[in-house]
Amino acid sequence: MLSGFFKKTKYINMPLESNRTQKKDPEAMVTIEEICPSIPDGMWKKCSKCGQILYKEDIENQGQVCIDCNHHFRMSASDRIQLMVDPETFESWEEELILQNPLEDPIYLEKLKKLQQTTQLHEAIVTGKGQIGGHEVVLGVMDSHFLMGSMGTIVGEKLTCAIEKATESKLPILIFTASGGARMQEGIFSLMQMAKTSAALGRHHEAGLLSIIVLTDPTTGGVTASFAMLGDIILAEPGALIGFAGPRVIRQTINQELPTGFQTSEFLLEHGFIDRIVARKKMKEVVTNILALHEEGKNESS
Amino acid sequence: MSLAEFQNQIEEMEKKIREIQIFSEHQGVDLSNELAQMEKKLYDLKQNAYSNLTPWEKVNLARKMERPTALDYIKEVFTEFMEFHGDRYFGDDPAMIGGIARLGNLPITVIGQQKGRNTKENIYRNFGMPHPEGYRKALRLMKQAEKFRRPIICFIDTPGAFCGIAAEERGQGEAIARSLLHMSSLKVPIISIVIGEGGSGGALALGVADKIFMLEHSVYSILSPEGYASILWKDSSKAEAAAAQMKLTAEDLQDFKIIDGILKEPLGGAQENLREMSETIEDILKNEIQILRVQPIEKLLEKRYQKFRNIGI
Repeated sequence: MLSGFFKKTKYINMPLESNRTQKKDPEAMVTIEEICPSIPDGMWKKCSKCGQILYKEDIENQGQVCIDCNHHFRMSASDRIQLMVDPETFESWEEELILQNPLEDPIYLEKLKKLQQTTQLHEAIVTGKGQIGGHEVVLGVMDSHFLMGSMGTIVGEKLTCAIEKATESKLPILIFTASGGARMQEGIFSLMQMAKTSAALGRHHEAGLLSIIVLTDPTTGGVTASFAMLGDIILAEPGALIGFAGPRVIRQTINQELPTGFQTSEFLLEHGFIDRIVARKKMKEVVTNILALHEEGKNESS
Repeated sequence: MSLAEFQNQIEEMEKKIREIQIFSEHQGVDLSNELAQMEKKLYDLKQNAYSNLTPWEKVNLARKMERPTALDYIKEVFTEFMEFHGDRYFGDDPAMIGGIARLGNLPITVIGQQKGRNTKENIYRNFGMPHPEGYRKALRLMKQAEKFRRPIICFIDTPGAFCGIAAEERGQGEAIARSLLHMSSLKVPIISIVIGEGGSGGALALGVADKIFMLEHSVYSILSPEGYASILWKDSSKAEAAAAQMKLTAEDLQDFKIIDGILKEPLGGAQENLREMSETIEDILKNEIQILRVQPIEKLLEKRYQKFRNIGI
């Protein structure tokens, strides 16, 4: 039984680079990369929560969710739309909006232009119309990869336009939030977008139409304090950071550590601020069901 | 010349004037001509000092503990003020006050963030930083005003909504969001006046109004200059530079067409003459309410919607 313990482990002997290069034969020169097993860049991703090294394709197949600990990674707007909207039904609304720099910040516009190139996004939100499970719906999908999804004038304007179009065409609206809050670089103009989007959503409510908000990681600041909290139905992805003030600010203000699980989706559910936590792989099904239930109600009353 | 340097000169001049007054009284020498000249010079000096304040100097003036608070103005501007308490859900927030009163003969609802006039009171008032129950009380009183068709007047004076564990537990974001949503469609005229600091969403929650005014030296911004510097430059000590960049003064906001007017302050700031400041506020309120009240409510609401709708683009 114990014999296995004394077995001599066999190691593979690998010739070292120095031994080879001694031959001074350029043909025989080998680089480190050839000796070490080669791993193409970007094939693996480390889970930011459990630390597990994951095969990227696996995560993508799972809708950007860690297969080990169910951590929901931040998702781009285009991936989100692909996951949620029925194939070939999404119509993106690309308004030609001019970038604003009201505070004349010397580096802001440059930063935005660079981000537009790297993210392939015009701004931190994608709006449009599509079908989910066959139900027509107006969508607003925020993308945290664009300046932390912060809301400046363009995000506010695009979202307001989308909500107004939904009100006009009597459609439900579905908004995925992912935002650090109002965008500092546009100062008071960003703050006013909170009032603007909330007022637009108010008119959508008054028209008796359905609004669904899905809170994703992170949703804080001026977005939490405006449209994110104003849906008829508010869902959240598991484990998302959701709050008004950021944890760092609160820690500084009260000068003490924050309780674990503070400002997560689960915390908000416990305190009565969201309707349900829905895992990403179930999201389409749940949203479809909600849309269907409201669709039936609409037919009955008409 | 900075405000501090001006202030040194002003103090020096005031001291000299006092000395001459005493001298003239004791010696029985008539120096009234000289004194009048010096008083005039002092006035010009003050005028000079306070007409060219830097944004940071305005921030400090707006935060001054001696600056009149919402309750100070309420006592001066209105009659029969009766304070009402509580949000009917959780508690009563001393950082937010409100109630009913008369403006002239007209019953109105008045709401405001309340700072303290000394350290002890400031602790009680949480430095004018409301918790969610403060915003819910404000909204409750606004809804009440709508029911009884009373115009609403809001005094904005807060560094921001409070950031803390309890505030998050009770839904600070939700409370502010709901205020924005309902204010945008309340069927009574609303006038908001920034009297000191207008800090972030916590200020905006009383700011979705038909008319918005700012006192001459008040400030209104997306975040405190300290917070702005901390987020953008990772250094909250650069607050002065942040204030210079943020465009948070009354002039800036008027240029941006975000506010409807600036209320001139007495020389040296509102704290120098509460009566004079209150009269200015009373006049503008009476005028504006008269204009707003005669408008059909649908038109008023459409205008209020468009006012915010058009900001930014």
